[in-house]
Amino acid sequence: MERVKCECGHVNPPGTILCEACGKILDPNEEKKLIIDMRYEGAARRSQTYNRTIIDKIWNFFSSVKVGVVLIVLALIASAIGTILPQEMNTTMNVPPKQYYEENYGVFGRIYYLLGFHDLYRSTWYILLIAAIGVSLTICSIDRALPLYKALKRQRITRHNSFMKRQRLFNEGTVENWDDQINTVSERMRQKKYRVLTESGNLFAEKGRFSRWGPYINHIGLIIVLIGAMFRFAPGMYVNEMLWIKEGETKAIPGTDQRYYLTNHEFIVEVYDESDREVYREALEKRGKIIKNFQTNVTLYEAEGEVLPGEDPQLKEIKKGEIRVNHPLRFEHFGLYQASYLLNELSAMTFQLVKKETEEVIGELTIDLENPEKRYDLGKGYIVEILAYFPDVEFKDGELRTKSPNPNNPAFAFQIRSPEHPEGERSVVFIQETLEPLGENDYKLVFKEVDTVNYSGLMVRKDRTLGLIAFGGAIFLFGVILGSFWQHRRIWIKWDGGKLLVSAHTNKNWYGFMKEIETILADTDVPIPIDRGGGLDKPERANKGGDVNGSTK
Amino acid sequence: MVKKRRLVIRTVVLIILLAAIGYTIYANIAGGSAGIPRAGDMAPDFVLRDLDGKEYRLSDYRGKGVFLNFWGTYCEPCKDEMPAMDRQYQIYRDRGVEILAVNVGESEIAIQKFIDQYDLSFPVVIDETGDVQKAYGIYPLPATFLIDSEGKIVDYIEGRMDDRDIQAYMERIKP
Amino acid sequence: MAQLSSLLLYLSFILYLIAILFFGATIRQKKGIDQDRGNKPAAWPGKAGVGITAIGFVLQTGYFITRWIAGGYPPISNMFEFITFFSLMLVGAFMILFYLYRIPALGVFALPIVVILIGYASMFSRDITPLSPTLQSNWLIMHVMTTAAGQAILAISFVAGLIYLVKNIPQNDKKKAVAVEAILFTLIIFVGFIVAATGFALVGYETEITYNDHTGEPAVVTYKLPPIFGPNEYMITAGFNMAPMIELPPWIKASQLNTLTWSVLIGLIIYFIIRLLARKRLFALVQPLLQRMKNDVIDEVGYRSVLIGFPVFTLGALIFGMIYAHFAWGRFWAWDPKEVWALITWFFYAAFLHLRLSRGWHGENSAWLAVIGFAIIMFNLIFVNLVIAGLHSYAV
Repeated sequence: MERVKCECGHVNPPGTILCEACGKILDPNEEKKLIIDMRYEGAARRSQTYNRTIIDKIWNFFSSVKVGVVLIVLALIASAIGTILPQEMNTTMNVPPKQYYEENYGVFGRIYYLLGFHDLYRSTWYILLIAAIGVSLTICSIDRALPLYKALKRQRITRHNSFMKRQRLFNEGTVENWDDQINTVSERMRQKKYRVLTESGNLFAEKGRFSRWGPYINHIGLIIVLIGAMFRFAPGMYVNEMLWIKEGETKAIPGTDQRYYLTNHEFIVEVYDESDREVYREALEKRGKIIKNFQTNVTLYEAEGEVLPGEDPQLKEIKKGEIRVNHPLRFEHFGLYQASYLLNELSAMTFQLVKKETEEVIGELTIDLENPEKRYDLGKGYIVEILAYFPDVEFKDGELRTKSPNPNNPAFAFQIRSPEHPEGERSVVFIQETLEPLGENDYKLVFKEVDTVNYSGLMVRKDRTLGLIAFGGAIFLFGVILGSFWQHRRIWIKWDGGKLLVSAHTNKNWYGFMKEIETILADTDVPIPIDRGGGLDKPERANKGGDVNGSTK
Repeated sequence: MVKKRRLVIRTVVLIILLAAIGYTIYANIAGGSAGIPRAGDMAPDFVLRDLDGKEYRLSDYRGKGVFLNFWGTYCEPCKDEMPAMDRQYQIYRDRGVEILAVNVGESEIAIQKFIDQYDLSFPVVIDETGDVQKAYGIYPLPATFLIDSEGKIVDYIEGRMDDRDIQAYMERIKP
Repeated sequence: MAQLSSLLLYLSFILYLIAILFFGATIRQKKGIDQDRGNKPAAWPGKAGVGITAIGFVLQTGYFITRWIAGGYPPISNMFEFITFFSLMLVGAFMILFYLYRIPALGVFALPIVVILIGYASMFSRDITPLSPTLQSNWLIMHVMTTAAGQAILAISFVAGLIYLVKNIPQNDKKKAVAVEAILFTLIIFVGFIVAATGFALVGYETEITYNDHTGEPAVVTYKLPPIFGPNEYMITAGFNMAPMIELPPWIKASQLNTLTWSVLIGLIIYFIIRLLARKRLFALVQPLLQRMKNDVIDEVGYRSVLIGFPVFTLGALIFGMIYAHFAWGRFWAWDPKEVWALITWFFYAAFLHLRLSRGWHGENSAWLAVIGFAIIMFNLIFVNLVIAGLHSYAV
C-alpha cells in the first residue's frame, strides 16, 4: 500500500480514510456514504496495513476487536458452564472428585468431570482464555491509541467541505453578518466549556476530548488487575491456611513460619431472641434459631527470635482481640477470619470408682482425652492405671484399635488396684458399655460426666497482590466513568464565500448535543444543524412500521 | 526504518506477554505444592522431644543421613514398616544413617504401648502441636523423607515400605 | 413501623399501576413529546404520569426507610427485600432517563415491570428476619445497593430495547415476531406465578412432602402449589393429601419445577384470554402506538442507559462485592456461582459496548442484546439464588 497525498498537501499513511489534516475523504468506499464513519477519526490502524512476518500476523490477529469480542463471549460461556454443578474447590467431599460427581449427578456429572469443568476456573485452558483476553486488550489498545492520539492532536480548524457535509449533524445557509455574530457564538460556546478556535471566519469548538481516552485508561486498569492476579502465584505473595484451635490452646499460626502464635480464650455463639427486636418474633418462630454472632476471643503473640517447628517459643504479647465474621484480626499482612467452628467436642471424661457390692463411691478421676495420665492414685491403696487408650475405638480383625487420633469415641483398658486386689482387676470401658475380660470384678468405673471444648476454625490469609488489584480496579473504574459519563463534542463552522457550513459530531448522546447546539445558536442567523439520524430511521418523517432494518454497516 | 522499529516493538511486547502467560500457567500447575519442601529442597529444621523429654534437633544430625518418618499408631502400614525400619536401623546406624520417627501427636500411653509392642530402638519423637507436620506438608501417613548428610531432601515417599525398600533408601542417604 | 412500611409499599404499588394508565394515554396522543427535539412541554397525561410515579417513588422510599427503622438494618437482605429495592431503583432509573429524554413510552414498559417485580417479591417471605453474622457488614450494604442501582439502570436498556423491537419487528417476520412475543409472554409468566401463588395462598393450600434427596437422605419440602411434579420417592406427610402426578428423579428440584409449571400454565391461560379478546399478537396490539417514536432516540436511550449503568454495576457488583468478600471471607473472589454470574453479566455488557463501538451493532441488534443482558440479570437474581446454592443464596 502506498502513502496517500491529499489535495491540501498533507501526506497520509497508507490505509487512511479521512485526510489527517483537512478531513477530505480519501477512501472511495467512504465517499459513497451519506455520513462518514468517524471512528478513530478515519486514521489508519497500523495492524490492518502490514502483514508480513509471523509477529505481524499474531499481532494483527489479536488487534482485531472481533477477536476480542469472540474471546469475551467464549469466557462468558465457559464461566457459565462452570456454574452448572458446584466446583470442586467450593465443595467439601470425602470421596475422590470423580466418584463424587458420578454419585451425585449421574452420567452428566461424569461427563462434567471428564471434561474438567469440575475445576474449571483453575484449569490451564480457562487461564489461557483469560490470558488471551489480556493479550487482546493490550494489543488492541496499543494499536488504536497511538493513531487516535495523533489524529486528535492534529485537528485543523478548517475542514474540507466533503468532511463537513458528511457529518451526521449538518446544515448550510447564507448569512449576512457572520463577522458580527462569530464572537457571540464563540462566547456562548465558551460558557458551555468549549475550547473555541477561529481562523479567517472559520470556527472550531471542542470539549470533552479526554473522554476519548476512557476506554484506553480502563484497559490499562484491567491489565494491571491481570498482572496482580498473576503475582498471586508468586511465592510469598499469597497465604491461605486454616487454623483449628480449641479453647484454652495456644498454637503457631500456619503460614507465618512460627513467628506468630495465637491463644483461643473462648469461642462464642450468640443467637437472636425477641429481646433483640420485637419484629423478629415471627421470623424466629418460623425459622427457629438464627445466629447473631460467631466470635473467638484471642491473644496474639510474637515469638522472640527464630523458633523452629516443635520448639517451645518465648512469646511476647502483641494484642488481645475479638475475631468475628466480617471483623478479622489483622497483623502485619495477615488477616485471621472467623470461618468455622465445632461445638462440644469431647475433651475430658470423669469416672467414679465404685465398689459393686455396696455401691460405695471410693473416688473420682478425670481423664484428659488428649493425653491421659498413666496412673491415677485415688489414695488408700486405690490406684487406677490405664493400660491402653483408644481415642476413636473400633473392633477390627479381632482386636481393638483406634481409627484416628481424635477423641470421637474413646475407650480405655483399665487396671483397677484396690486393697483387696493389689495386682488389679482388668476392665475395658467404652462409652456405652464395660467389659470385664478376666472375670467378674469387685470394683467398677462408672461414667459420671464429660467435659467438652469448642473449636474455632480460623482462616489465615495473606494477599500482597491486593494493593495492585485494587489500584487496577480504581484505574479501570476511572477510565470507564471518563468514557461513559462524558462525551467528545465538536462543532465546525466554515465560512465558504457567503455561505455558512455548520456541522457537528459527538461520540455519543446526540440528543443532548442537539439541545446544546440549539441553545448556543438560538437567535443567531447561523443555520441550526439538522440531525440526519444514525441511519435507523428512514429519511422520511413518518415511519409506517414494518421493515426498518436496524443495523447499519 | 519505521517498519523495522515497529517490528522490534511488536516482538518485544509479544515476548513479554508470552513470558507472563507462561509463568502463570507454570505457577498454576506447580502452585499446588508451593512452599512445601520436597526433593531438592533443604529439610526444614525442627526440635522435638521423645517420651522421656529428651530433645532432638534435626540440624544436629548434619554429617549423617536421616531417615525421617512420620507415623501414627492408628496407621495400618506403620505397623508393618516400623519393625522393618528397626531391623535396617540395626545395620545402618553404624554406617552413618539415623532414623527419626515423628509421631503425629497422640497420647503418651498409645505411643509407649506401640514402642513396647514392636520393641523399637530408634528415637521416637512427638509432634504435639502439628507444626512439624505442617512444615513438611505431609498427608496421609506414613510419610518418609530421605535427608542426606548436608540436610537436603533426597526423596519423599508416601505409603508402605518393606525391608528391601528401606534398605535401598538407606543406601541413598549413606554419607 | 412494620405495618406502616407494608402500607407504604402497597400504596406505591397502586400508584405505579395508575401511572401506567396515564403514560399509556400519552403515547396515543398526537402531541408526542418524543418528537422533534424533545423540548416541547409534555402533554398533561404524561405530566400526571410522571407526577404519580414520583409520589410512588417517594412512598416506596418511605417503605424502605420505615422498614429499615423497624428491622434495624437496610432491607436488602432477602429475596423480598432485594427485589423490592431493585424495583425502587428501577423506578429511579426510569425517572432519570425520562428526565433526559422525555419518552412516556418508557413508562408504559418500565412501570409494568416494576409492578410485576413488586408482586413477585411479595410472594417470598416478608418477615423481618434478623441478620446472620455474614450479612452484618456495611460493605455488603454498599455492595447490594449499588449493584441493584446498576442493574436497574441496565434494565432500562432492556425497556428501550423492547420498545425498539415491538415497534420495528414486522408481524410477518415469523421468527423475530415469535421471539418478541416470547419476551412479553415471559413477563406474563411472572404474572401467572403471582396469580397462582396468591390464589392458592388465599384458599390456604399447603402440602408437606417427605422424600429421598440425591444423597439418599430423607428430606422435607413444603409445597404451596398442588404438586404436579413430586420429588423422588415422595410421601405426603402433612397438609392436603393430593398425590403428585409425576415423580421425578432425585437430581431435579421437583418443587421448583412444580412452581415453574404452575406459573407457565396460569401464564398461558392469561395469554390465551388476551389473544382471544384481541385476536392478534400481544405486541401487535402495542405496535401501532409506538410508530411516532424515532428509532435513533430509542436506540440512544438504550445505549445511554448501558453507558450509565455499566460503571455503576462494575462498582457495585464487582468492586464493592470484592471488598465485602475480602472482609467477610478473606478472599475477594471465590468463583461462587453468583459471583461468576456477575462476571458473566459484566462480560456481556463489555461485549455489548465493543460490538456497538467497533462493529456498528446499532438499532435492532443492539436491542436484542439489551434483552439478553436483562435476561442474564434476572437469571442471576432468580435462578442462581433459588436453584444454584452458593454463598450468596438468600434463604427464602
